[in-house]
Amino acid sequence: MSAEFNQPPHLLRPTDELTAEERRELIASMRPTDAEGVPELHEVDVPDELREEIETAMSKYPQLRSAAIPALWAVQRRYGWCTPEGIRQAAAVMGVTPAYLQSVASFYDLFRTQPIGRRRVLVCTNISCWLRGGDELLRSFCEAAGVDHHEAGHGGGTSEDGEFFISNFECLGACDIAPMASIDERYYGPLTGEDALAAIEQLRAGQEPLPGKAMSERPAAGGPEPDPDPRVAEAEQK
Amino acid sequence: MSVSETRLLFRHIDDPELATIDGYKRYGGYRALERAFKEMDPEDLLNEFEESGLRGRGGAGFPMGKKGSFLPRGDMEKYLACNADESEPGAFKDRELMLKNPHQLVEGCALASLAVGATYAFIFIRGEYWEVADVLDRAVAEAYEAGYLGKNILGTGKRVELVVHRGAGAYICGEETALLDALEGKRGNPRLKPPFPAIEGLYGGPTLINNVETLSNLRHIVLNGAEWYKGFGTEQSPGTKVVSVSGHVQRPGNYEIELGIPARDIIYGLAGGPPEGRRVKAWFPGGSSAPVLTEAELDLPYSFESLAEAGSMLGSGSIIVADETVSIPELALRTARFYHHESCGKCTPCREGTNWTVKMLERVVRGEATPMDLDIIAGVQENIIGNCLCVLGDSMAMPVGAMVRKFRHEFEETIERARESGPAPLDQSPADLPLTAGVAQ
Repeated sequence: MSAEFNQPPHLLRPTDELTAEERRELIASMRPTDAEGVPELHEVDVPDELREEIETAMSKYPQLRSAAIPALWAVQRRYGWCTPEGIRQAAAVMGVTPAYLQSVASFYDLFRTQPIGRRRVLVCTNISCWLRGGDELLRSFCEAAGVDHHEAGHGGGTSEDGEFFISNFECLGACDIAPMASIDERYYGPLTGEDALAAIEQLRAGQEPLPGKAMSERPAAGGPEPDPDPRVAEAEQK
Repeated sequence: MSVSETRLLFRHIDDPELATIDGYKRYGGYRALERAFKEMDPEDLLNEFEESGLRGRGGAGFPMGKKGSFLPRGDMEKYLACNADESEPGAFKDRELMLKNPHQLVEGCALASLAVGATYAFIFIRGEYWEVADVLDRAVAEAYEAGYLGKNILGTGKRVELVVHRGAGAYICGEETALLDALEGKRGNPRLKPPFPAIEGLYGGPTLINNVETLSNLRHIVLNGAEWYKGFGTEQSPGTKVVSVSGHVQRPGNYEIELGIPARDIIYGLAGGPPEGRRVKAWFPGGSSAPVLTEAELDLPYSFESLAEAGSMLGSGSIIVADETVSIPELALRTARFYHHESCGKCTPCREGTNWTVKMLERVVRGEATPMDLDIIAGVQENIIGNCLCVLGDSMAMPVGAMVRKFRHEFEETIERARESGPAPLDQSPADLPLTAGVAQ
């Protein structure tokens, strides 16, 4: 690899050959111009509602920094993703640097650091769902919504019309209704390819998707309340 | 075969009123809290938990009372963290417990806090459980209003503040020290132990961390006593367990059973077993982190000690069943991919080891491997176990290692067959492996 390739001229000399003056110039030229300290509240236009949400969160914890995740949720709910400006607003309210919140946001799978489709479909492709057709379900959702399947399987893809974000996801904790998906933060399952198609069409039509398939409406798998164990029954009499 | 559940935590689970404070109280809810806060010495309360032998229901199975006793006594800021980050593949018991009986957990949090002298309690619930967190929020608000939480509980002068804290999608945050970092507003990286959270935990203070199901048991122990509780289960595994069963079974779901019953009773008796005519090939007894067992081991008692003796673990109590239609090398790959995705990246053996394991398993499935690769895969697992700050890497190494060991012939056949018929397409090509959590997107 050529030493001259893309190297600024002053880096072609070993740094210990530089004079103190040259070294200072070198460092000054490399100082980032966009690294921001803690933004002051008076310099940032923070919507009142957002500020109140974040401050309410902050007041619940013994230490303010614990509000980082709640603050990022507030930003994402408001703007659809963790926008740089949204992060800057949250940073101003919390008294931390935007870079700090950006680093937290980039760690977690549910925080989007790029814009995504309006409706959010997460299809589980972990073990139990895979055993029951999760891969095929992901494909069905992609076909119905017009999302690139390869993208969907690698962190998520958005349809051309910006309407749908489809992504594979790790175990969502709903293996009892495998294969399943989370649609706009609600769980639905078990789903067939036809269900995927129907869900997309219902969402397009502005309807609640998949009536009858919501996880939150499901009874326990054991069915109607069994007779209590005698030890439990006895304890309950007291 | 007719097997019935032994419902304790799941009693009346489908009564929609149970999730409201009035409905909960109608079933005797908050009587334990009233008795404990008004009449009991916190030390006696902790002793009762220790006497009961209740073991952690989140995965490690550590005795709850003993863990609580590690916290220093005295007047200082102490914390309780409820681990509601349930993200173990195959586990969905805490979801149903919190969604349908949130007050049982709220009461448990208050009881545990009283026992160890914690004034701040946090329920760290995984971000994906949006609907469940909404229900919890309502229950906590009701409990505050009724005086069961806050600065002056039922006029006793005792204080417990309860905060529902939503995560944002990271399996590693279910590891207790990573949970603490996430709760402190940071990226969820595990910490070195010792110091243990009981001494130096949240914000550097003594912290008790317990799973949802563990805490949900507490009111029953307070109301009925440790002796009564020990009447269920086995000597080393007292009590009941809510078991999540999924995969190739006819009736997947949560079933509450008495610890120690044969696994077969759960998988076949309650969950209906695999579809008609199909046999169990491999099953995870304790979530995807547990070494797989075979059809021959179905009659093992479902208890902590019995599964440990068999070389596996009860863990969170989540059974995943794979029947004979499954290719074990593909199952191993699917398992490894999860851990590779969820590795936080802090420790080299895990970050690199999960990466290599996925790549090697992909070569096996695609037909580009040789039998020597199986020895390398096994070797990599050995190099991960015990060498990191937390056990996420171990949690991949144990099941994958077990699969390669117990189904070696199938791996070798897969390699041979694929080499003869040419590489098989993968749903995900190796060059585009998704980045691990913790690497900037």
